Amino acid sequence: MASLKDLKTRIDSVKSTQKITKAMQMVASAKLRKAQEAAESSRPYAVRMGKVLNGLGAAYATRDDAPKLLSGSGSDQTHLLVVATAERGLCGGFNSSIARFARDHANDLLARGKNVKIITIGKKGNDNLRRSFKDNIIEHISLREIKKVGYADALTIGEKVIGLFESGEIDVATLFFSQFKSVISQIPTAHQLIPAKVEVDENANSDDVISYDYEPDEATILADLLPRNISVQIFSALLENGAGEMGAKMSAMDNASRNAGDMINRLTLNYNRQRQAQITKELIEIISGAEAL
Amino acid sequence: MAEAIKVEIVSPESLVFSQDVNSVTVPGSEGYFTIMGEHAPLMSILKPGFVTVVQDKDDSSFYVGGGFVDVSPDGVSILAEIAKTSADFSVEQIEQEIENAKKQLQLSKNDEDTGVAQAVLDGFNNFADEVKNMKPSGF
Repeated sequence: MASLKDLKTRIDSVKSTQKITKAMQMVASAKLRKAQEAAESSRPYAVRMGKVLNGLGAAYATRDDAPKLLSGSGSDQTHLLVVATAERGLCGGFNSSIARFARDHANDLLARGKNVKIITIGKKGNDNLRRSFKDNIIEHISLREIKKVGYADALTIGEKVIGLFESGEIDVATLFFSQFKSVISQIPTAHQLIPAKVEVDENANSDDVISYDYEPDEATILADLLPRNISVQIFSALLENGAGEMGAKMSAMDNASRNAGDMINRLTLNYNRQRQAQITKELIEIISGAEAL
Repeated sequence: MAEAIKVEIVSPESLVFSQDVNSVTVPGSEGYFTIMGEHAPLMSILKPGFVTVVQDKDDSSFYVGGGFVDVSPDGVSILAEIAKTSADFSVEQIEQEIENAKKQLQLSKNDEDTGVAQAVLDGFNNFADEVKNMKPSGF
């Protein structure tokens, strides 16, 4: 049985832990708001880009002269997995769920006899995947020094991916990130970057399609658009991740604070019981001492 | 009076501008062109340069670093990787850009290149004036 003094020390230490988790929760909620704003303000660009690309891509997808980024390299032997996670932990299962999702995917590909290459963005995903796919990781991109993810960061990553594709080192590229649904729910998502996924709207009426003038011409615009689209996808994935990380951290820290509160209650109860027991014991001693006289 | 036209300038990081305007001039890949109300649907790649929107008599310009423009009956969407107003630049940055533009102007060999470089230079010179007029009043 722990002594009174031991209990007192434990209560104090749990209390200071609770202070820290509470502070972290507040920091996370402030950052979450910023991250959400950033994610939201990037949406108009991504939406419009998607719209234009779908319109152009649908017409080109089945043609022989379609750009390689759209039609693929004709093989699907080598897969590149771009796994985006957070730089920091203490955010519940956020990082491990992305990593697990990517790992399952990689194992599945390996089982089918494909080659797998991995680029990790963010330290936590790298730590996690390094254990099982040490030889498959070709590069790690750290965002540790970057306070606010800018489009330029996504552009560099995008160029790297396109470079690998054009030099024939990869055939298919897939991006793994966590989609931000709400503070308590982030969904690990895989998104195929190369070849570009074009959603053909089946319901589109031919009357709805506006005949555009193109300058210089459709093919050039499409070739210009596809690489941009990859960077935009990566950018919005990074922003979704940013918001998701903060959301996950917020709820993880909220849980931790609550657990600490429960623990303090239990310990305090224990402490008081012991204190009373001791007082009773002392009283009995005094009384029996007085009776003996 | 031409019909008003809805113009949106979007960069990946934010919606930079969204208003009804009289006309908008954009740096198309084949040269600058102006879009007014009821323009035929058009899609064009943009070169780095200046987008100028004219609103009644006021006009404002934005530096865009490449992108594309989508003119549809719903309005004009300008998707630019970089879209900045003069307020986003510091005086030093503008001076730097003016230097670059001057170099580009000297390097350009044909009329077309010269025209583009000159337009960029003029745009940054305008930015420089705007910034100089604006900054002192801010203090």
